[in-house]
Amino acid sequence: MSELAPFELNALPADAISQTLKFRDELTLVTSRERILEVLLHLRDVQKFEMLTDETCVDYFPQEPRFSILYQLYSISRNIRVRVKVILSEYDATLPSVYSIYENANWLEREIYDLFGIQFTDHPDLRRIMMPVGWVGHPLRREVPHKVEEVAFTFNRRRIDEGKIYAGE
Amino acid sequence: MGLEQKLGDMGVVTTTLEKAVGWARSNALWPLMFGLACCAIEMMSVQAARYDLARFGMELMRASPRQADLMIVAGRVSRKMAPVLRTLYDQMPDPKWVIAMGDCASCGGVFNNYAVVQGVDEIVPVDVYVAGCPPRPETLIDGIMKLQEKIKNEPLKKWQ
Repeated sequence: MSELAPFELNALPADAISQTLKFRDELTLVTSRERILEVLLHLRDVQKFEMLTDETCVDYFPQEPRFSILYQLYSISRNIRVRVKVILSEYDATLPSVYSIYENANWLEREIYDLFGIQFTDHPDLRRIMMPVGWVGHPLRREVPHKVEEVAFTFNRRRIDEGKIYAGE
Repeated sequence: MGLEQKLGDMGVVTTTLEKAVGWARSNALWPLMFGLACCAIEMMSVQAARYDLARFGMELMRASPRQADLMIVAGRVSRKMAPVLRTLYDQMPDPKWVIAMGDCASCGGVFNNYAVVQGVDEIVPVDVYVAGCPPRPETLIDGIMKLQEKIKNEPLKKWQ
């Protein structure tokens, strides 16, 4: 449909992309955290992906390495999208901040830090953004339980009620 | 024509101070104007023309907690919102009452997770729980009338 040139994979440094996935015409480039800044800088300046639509994280818990950081890029001038993926281990969940390339990554990375506990080096302001100050833990990790309270039925309602906190008068 | 001509000499009505005060309090409840989620939409419709809460003397939503004596918690309270809600409650002058409107405010509802307080009774004392997700305006009006009944029978020494 578009007469614009399709995505130029060959222009990227050859060893920067470890894997190229294609699913339903969506392109995903898998790279490493050592090369992520280089890849994103190339995509922004050479391939004209001006916009970071979203940066997010997925936790594939039983697998190790379990985290993958996803950068959804959009090219306004070419009207194409690409997804860049970095896979991270639980034991070394650190990667460089892309704030220097896309400024809106500031809050997106704060959110990933808050909910998944991923550390971003060189981030200007790495604080919690969603959970209250002083919150312990990172609630979107898979080891955090789904429910905070047992579901009440007639046979266990009294026991749950006895353990519940009630504000005094 | 006045009431006197119609009914004749009604004489003196005797009552107790408690009942008189309770009657006065129950018919001029001023709710605090805030909503937390979708239940607030139903709360607004309760105050609007169709259901018209003014019939029960409660239409005057106050934007300041200093002027309110009823808190309608309309919606789920997140853990981040909980200290704010408690501060608002503490700023309201006595006597004050709380209605937990809807399932989320009453017990957490469908939000059985880390982010939501499992019932607003964890942080403020609740007088009336209104069930529903969200409750229909009639249900909230019924809850408010139940609260009025409760206030009418409340002993004075509770609010010393």
